[in-house]
Formats: sequence, structure tokens, C-alpha cells
Amino acid sequence: MSRKIVVGFDGSEASRRALDFAVGRAKAQGDSIIIAHVLEWSPYSFLTPEELAERHKRRNEELERAEKAILQPVVKRVEDAGVPVTTVIKYGHIAETICQIATDEDAALIFIGRMGHSGLATRIFGSVAGTLAQVAPVPVTIVP
Amino acid sequence: MKIKAFLTAFLAVMTAWPAAAQSIAERIDSGFAAATSPFVNFIFANFPGTNFSWIVVWLVVGASVFTVYFGFIQFRAFGHSLALVSGKYSDPNDAGEVSHFQALATALSGTVGLGNIAGVAVAVSIGGAGATFWMILAGLLGMASKFTECTLAVKYRNEYEDGTVSGGPMYYMTKGFAERGLPLGGFMAIVFSIFCVLGSLGGGNMFQANQAAAQLRDTIGLPVWVTGLTLSIIVFVVIVGGIKSIARVTEKVVPFMGVGYVLISLLILIMNADMIGWAFGEIFRGAFTDTGIVGGLLGALIQGFRRAAFSNEAGVGSAAIAHSAVRTKEPITEGFVSLLEPFIDTVVICTMTALVIIITQQLTVDPVTGLYAITEEGRIAIASGATGGVPITSGAFGSVFSWAPYALSVAVVLFAFSTMISWSYYGLKAWTYMFGEGKTKEMAFKIMFCVFVFIGSVASLGAVIDFSDAAIFAMAVVNITALYLLMPIVKRELNSYLSRLKSGEIRKFE
Repeated sequence: MSRKIVVGFDGSEASRRALDFAVGRAKAQGDSIIIAHVLEWSPYSFLTPEELAERHKRRNEELERAEKAILQPVVKRVEDAGVPVTTVIKYGHIAETICQIATDEDAALIFIGRMGHSGLATRIFGSVAGTLAQVAPVPVTIVP
Repeated sequence: MKIKAFLTAFLAVMTAWPAAAQSIAERIDSGFAAATSPFVNFIFANFPGTNFSWIVVWLVVGASVFTVYFGFIQFRAFGHSLALVSGKYSDPNDAGEVSHFQALATALSGTVGLGNIAGVAVAVSIGGAGATFWMILAGLLGMASKFTECTLAVKYRNEYEDGTVSGGPMYYMTKGFAERGLPLGGFMAIVFSIFCVLGSLGGGNMFQANQAAAQLRDTIGLPVWVTGLTLSIIVFVVIVGGIKSIARVTEKVVPFMGVGYVLISLLILIMNADMIGWAFGEIFRGAFTDTGIVGGLLGALIQGFRRAAFSNEAGVGSAAIAHSAVRTKEPITEGFVSLLEPFIDTVVICTMTALVIIITQQLTVDPVTGLYAITEEGRIAIASGATGGVPITSGAFGSVFSWAPYALSVAVVLFAFSTMISWSYYGLKAWTYMFGEGKTKEMAFKIMFCVFVFIGSVASLGAVIDFSDAAIFAMAVVNITALYLLMPIVKRELNSYLSRLKSGEIRKFE
């Protein structure tokens, strides 16, 4: 039975490793891949009046840039490897949004790269991979 | 760094001739007072034979009409407004667009400013504790005015092909009037824009700069022209240089300062918990009996209404410009959200200032007569000896915490700065509405705005505060007229929305 794998992808080295690993698994097991790109966003942040007026325009630009610069190049690669692939771009809290995507798409697995930070910021705010491991509705594979 | 070199040179010159700088400041001040007095006198003219200024009646009647016409919407929809701000009705697929919370926060950082700290102090020092009662009442009524104007601002905003939006009273005056087949919409939009530009230079700029400069002079002895120059350079860097990081930092810090201000006020109230009953007694006594203030009972009422209107700007139309950017399919939802603005600004924050001043017993009472001790200028003698604006509030906080005046100085400068940034945008929108968009035209306004920051810092409080009030109230004359004519449209939107909310067509997303 074909399953869906959500791969959290932000264009970084770590997320490339996660995607490569997921492609290998998917190929072996006949699964399909959903590349999920989340733009960090909080509806409770503060903006200047000028930023408010330009927000819709900026959002369209950000979505277009993400699609062109981050997703398109890798989609081609996954397709060439013979794995069925779709993409999702969303705004929100990164870990929560990836979980939401997994639920909405009825995915079986989440793959995510580990950034490897161990600094103070991570201790205070937590990491995406760490949070996902705690709250994900499906098994999570963290790729080092 | 050209700016830095320029600043160093300028400071050197100015320090070398402090006397020259002083005389320039005085000349600007007297010229300013002379140039603005006819306009100020007209706006604050009394009804013949009374001492009741017509503009105050205009605002309060407007707010009352909207309150009744929409069936006390500010109380009925209060809970729903909170649900909207917290995002319970926001489509998750719209994430990344302007949220209700963001529109409200930005509009608030434009309105929460010195009116809340300095304006309230002025109001109670003239009108006594009773002014607080009328201020709260005006704040509650003003919620309906804000609801009306912000709904219209979203409904009739312009959305351009590139995705940017422009909204505000100018747009509902032209488009809304055309839709209802009413004449003179374009004319009113222009008149409003003229006053909006003046208001942005007055209350949104000079009043703020003036009070920030006065506060820094009184606490750390900084000459006003130094503050004026520094502020105008920072404003210049942000609005002309496009250095958004400074503005963004302020936008983040200001809400925390606002919360901090309320918390410190609450702390002072808790420390004087046994006095709270007495303080409210004073407020009611002052509102309904003669406490010896100049103008008697009406004096308290006029001061309270004036300060509330100047602080929360309900009916003025300014915040409608900021609220219009929200992403929503239902314009009325932004109306609901915006009605929280006068509540937070006036009913919560302004009341805190007033309570702290009253509870720390800054308003001296003549022990023999039981009436307020009135100075020669017709103001109530203040226990700390301070006169006017921020110093009174600063003295009240300082009487409890010795460090408070310094914290207040930081708050004053930041509130002033964020209000200036917001108003520079409101003014610019009105300016480009009149003259069209274009780099040169926008630059002309921005440079003028920065020059007025300096002028405001060095001009005397009396001249500046009067002009600020006058320009902002003049906006309300035009705006409320338009709101009367367009309120049936808001009513239609309201009824349609409420019935769909009831039928379950509009649902929560979580």
C-alpha cells in the first residue's frame, strides 16, 4: 500500500539530507513524498502601518520566491528518482504547521533534518525537530 | 557615515552658541502661537452664551448616536470582538496575511501615546478627579464611533493590482458617497485630508516631540533642542531612509511598555488598596458636584471628554487608515476588533493614569472649604509642585517609586516615537491622496514631518497642545458628518453578519 511521507524542507543542508533519505525509503517501499515548506509566521507579531499595507503583496512575493527558489529545483530531482511528489507551502509555527499538514494529507510518516544546534537559544526556545518529536501525530524520523 | 559627521558638527556649533539656539527656539515658539491661534479659536469656540465648546458636543453626540443606532454594539459585541482578535474565526489558509490582532496592535501603538500619560494629567489638573468619570464615559461611547469608521474603512479601501492597500476616511467618503448617490464626497475627502496632514504634524508629531523633550529636560537636564534634533534625525532615518529595523523594534517594545505601565499602575493601586474606594468616591463627587474647579461641573465634563477624544481618536478617522489593511472577507469584523481600541486606550490605560494621580493625592484640597486649591492659572495646585502634562504624572509615580520617573521617561520617548511613526504614515496617506503618489511628493511630506519634530520640541506646551487638539478635532468634524451619512451601510453589514453568525454560516475554525 502506498503511503505518504511529509518531508519538512527549508532548503538547508540538513533538510536536503532528510529529503535524500526520505527519497531512498520511498523508492524502496513505493511511497509518495509531500515536500512541506513552512514560512515562520505569527498572527500576534507587530508590524508598522506601512508593513500592514504591503503585507498582501509581500506574502505573494514570499510564496513565489519559496516556490521558485526552494521547491522547484528539488521537485525535479525527486521526480527524476521516480518517486511521486507534491508540495505544500504554508505560513505558521513550523512544527505545528508540519503536524497539521501530516494530519490534513493523511500522511504516515514525517521526515525532518536536524540542524545540530545545541546553543542557549535552542535550550530556551526548543528546536523544530525536538518539538515535532514531542507533538507529531505520526512517527517522526529525524535525520542527522 | 555622513549623518554622523553632520550631527557631530551640528552639535559642536549648537553647543558653542547656546544663547543663539535659545533665541531661535523662542522666535519659532511665538511665531507658531501667532500663526495657529485663529484656527484654534474657531475649533474651540463655545456655543454663544455658554462655556461649552461646540466641538466636544459634536464628538459626544456623534458617539451617542452611533451607540444608540447600533443598539449598544460596544457591549453586545465585546465578547465576539475578543474572539476575533484571538484568531478563533480566522481561516488558517490566510496565515501570512494581516491578522485582526496585528491591525489592532498597530492602530493602538498610534493611539496609545502621550495622551494617555500627559493628556490625562492635564485633564485632571484642570477638571479634577471628576474628569475621569466623563473620560471613561466618553471612552465607552467612542467605541461605537470607532466601530463605524473602521468597518467603512475596510469596506471601501482600495486594493491595487500589486496587492498593496490604501484605506481610510478619504476612500469611504468618495466611494461610499458615490454608492449612496450623495454629492460632495470628493470635496469632503480633500477637506479631511488637509486636516489629517495638519493633525499628523500637530497631535501626531509636535505634541509628542514636545512632551518627550520636556520629560528629558526635567529628568536628566537635556536641552529641548538636543532631543528635538535627535528625534527628528531618528524619524528621518526611519521614514526617509527606510530603516525599518528601528520602527520594528519600537513596535515590539511599545506594547510591552504599555502592559508594563498598566502593571506598575496596578501595583501602586494595590499598595494603596484602602484608598481605592475613596478615589472612586472622589471621581463621582467631582463628576456630579462642584469641587471648586474653574468652569464648575461643566469644567470636569469638558476636560474629560476632550482628553478621551484626543487620546483614543474615536470619530477622528485616523486609526481607520491602519485598520483598513486587515485581511478579511467581512469588513464588519474589523469594526468589532477596532471597538476594543478606545476601551484599551481610554477605559484601561487613561483611567490608570488618572487613578494613580488621584490616589497619590497629587490634587491638593483646601482643608477648610473641602474644595480644590486653585492656582492663579486656574489649575489645581499639584502636591509635587509640577505643572502641566508628563511632570504631573511623573511626580505621582515618583511619590511611590523613586525610579519611576526614569522608567516613565523611557516610556514617554518610546510612546512618542511610535505615535510619530504611525502618524507619519496617516499624514502621508492623506498627502498622497491629495497630491498623488510619487517619490518627490512623498519625500516633500516626509522632510516636512521631520522639520516639525524639531519645531514641536522647542515650542511651548500651550501653543502646541492647542494646535494639536484643534487639527485632530477638525478631522472629526468632516469624518463624523460622513459617518452619519454612511451609517445605514454599516447597519446593513451588521445585520447580515449577525444573522449569518446566528445561523452558523460563520463558524470558528477551531
